[in-house]
Amino acid sequence: MNKILKYVIFDIVQNKIVLLYTFFLLVLSLSIFSLENNSAKGLLSLLNIVLIIVPLICIIFSTIYIYNSAEFIELLVSQPVKRKTIWLSIFSGLSISLSLAFFVGVCIPVLIYHADTTGMMMMATGLFLTVVFVSIAMLAAGITRDKAKGIGLAILFWLYFSLIFDALVLFFLFQFQDYPLEKVMVFLSFLNPIDLARIQILLQMDISALMGYTGAVFREFFGTYTGIIISFIGLICWIIVPLLISLSIFKRKDL
Amino acid sequence: MKGVFKFSILIGLLFFVVSAKGNILEVGISKPFKKIQSAIDAAKNGDTILVEAGIYKEKNIIIQKSIVLKGINFPILDGENKYEIISIKAQYATIDGFKMQHSGRSETRDIGAIMIYDSYKVTAINNILDDTNFGIYVQNSKSCTIKNNSITAYGKNEVQSGNGISCWKSDSLIIIGNKIKGHRDGIYFEFVTNSLVWRNISTKNIRYGIHFMFSHHDTYIGNVFEENESGVAVMYTQHIRMYNNFFLNNWGDAAYGILLKDISDSDISGNYFSKNTVALHMEGCSRINLYKNTFSFNGWAVKIQASCDNNDFTKNNFSNNTFDIGTNGSLVLNTFNGNYWDKYEGYDINRDKIGDVPYHPVSMYAMIIDSNPAALMLFRSLIVTLLDKSEKILPSITPENLKDNTPVMRRLAL
Repeated sequence: MNKILKYVIFDIVQNKIVLLYTFFLLVLSLSIFSLENNSAKGLLSLLNIVLIIVPLICIIFSTIYIYNSAEFIELLVSQPVKRKTIWLSIFSGLSISLSLAFFVGVCIPVLIYHADTTGMMMMATGLFLTVVFVSIAMLAAGITRDKAKGIGLAILFWLYFSLIFDALVLFFLFQFQDYPLEKVMVFLSFLNPIDLARIQILLQMDISALMGYTGAVFREFFGTYTGIIISFIGLICWIIVPLLISLSIFKRKDL
Repeated sequence: MKGVFKFSILIGLLFFVVSAKGNILEVGISKPFKKIQSAIDAAKNGDTILVEAGIYKEKNIIIQKSIVLKGINFPILDGENKYEIISIKAQYATIDGFKMQHSGRSETRDIGAIMIYDSYKVTAINNILDDTNFGIYVQNSKSCTIKNNSITAYGKNEVQSGNGISCWKSDSLIIIGNKIKGHRDGIYFEFVTNSLVWRNISTKNIRYGIHFMFSHHDTYIGNVFEENESGVAVMYTQHIRMYNNFFLNNWGDAAYGILLKDISDSDISGNYFSKNTVALHMEGCSRINLYKNTFSFNGWAVKIQASCDNNDFTKNNFSNNTFDIGTNGSLVLNTFNGNYWDKYEGYDINRDKIGDVPYHPVSMYAMIIDSNPAALMLFRSLIVTLLDKSEKILPSITPENLKDNTPVMRRLAL
């Protein structure tokens, strides 16, 4: 496993797209912080990058990478290596190298300019989202053999999690606004990793407004340490479940 | 001869003034008086009573003379959880430098440490009040001064605790430099007029930092209201002036930096609102000038109900608030001019430091949350950002007339 992992990481880190991604994140974060004289406002702009750009790049890059290394995977399968090892090595390789890119691109500027709890939470959730979307990309690539279909599926997943899901929730909220929906909302937010991440950052950033929220259930649930731990467990589930499904598909797959 | 007569009158007056300073009566273990009340009974108008340090359990001390009661090294007056500690019904009386503790509590009467009834020019200064029900209570009095007292209570609920400084039906009071903590309301005014509240610090009270009703022509300067359960609420009053006060860290679903209900013809300026759930809530307010205030890090900087009219917001700083303005209707009878908004995205081509396009401080999502609070959880998501942007281009839900036509480009130096 170590050998394959090392090879995959080495391969990806040298990849021009990943270098570009790192550079792009770094320039963006640095310019956001240095342009705004108010670093809290800079953090807000960064929030959009963490919640939208990072998942998009991670899921598309990972999907394309898996399709492009189809021949390499076939070669490995012909060797006396377990399929599980191959799949997990690719996953770990992608996660580690993309997390590294995120760390260099976002975490370091945040640590320099805004290293408070909000900044820490943003770094943690950004890293988690990176790995979650690599895992979802593995699923998208596992489901279909066709590259175009696979990438289309990956984009659809991203669109669903970042836009469609929230639109549906908003619609649902207005249809049932006469009912107490707080507990349902807690449940619903676990169905979307981006929402989980966003709410954790929101609780750090807009705490004043959230304290005024009459339902209070949300705040009491997510605001406590147990709540934070549970939502990170939720994020871990979002890493493990798609990965396991894709693994079982890959194990039985006719390459 | 006439000159000599005048001179003798002058001498006589001088002598009268000197004698009016009165005698000094001393109270203490090794002093002529062992009890404060017996010294008061023996005193004449204008006398001074000096009380040595020690613990005095005298039930209820009553002052009905123009005397100065002065403590040396904070003698302790203990109410034994049963009694009102000092009652004053006098003119020109002063209580200075005592520590009072454990006043009584009553379901039917307001009992506290220093009770001032029907008095004129009474002064309570430099006292430390600890675990009292009501701290200082002023009723039907005029021109009293309450200064530099430290008043602490440990109230657990609204029903069973009293107010720090509670004033009823009084006029021309001066309340300066008191520190009030842990009461129901820090300062409570009802029918108190022409008074000054200056440099007080009112924190961690169970209900409001300051609460007043029907108290016209009062002035509030440089007070700090922090971490009160429900912030500050003021009602049914005209002609108040509030300058340079601090409203900080009032968090909760019913907590307001300051809630103004039916306030009119007032001046609110130079105040600083930070980290409140709702910094300023206005309901049924008319003709208030709000200028040079700073709103930062609040959930809502201003919530202005449609029932308010002719209020004027000028030259205020709005920064780092989750929402700048919230409202509940489309009717707008208030004006916003020359404020600084950190969310303003307009431009300034002619470089006069005033934005060329009007700023609409009410975001669409603020309107949505007002009707459906659970929707706050989708805040800052992509769909909400998109909705907000499209609303900015084509306003449909937000009140179109609620806008600042001359937003300034740079933060105002206040």
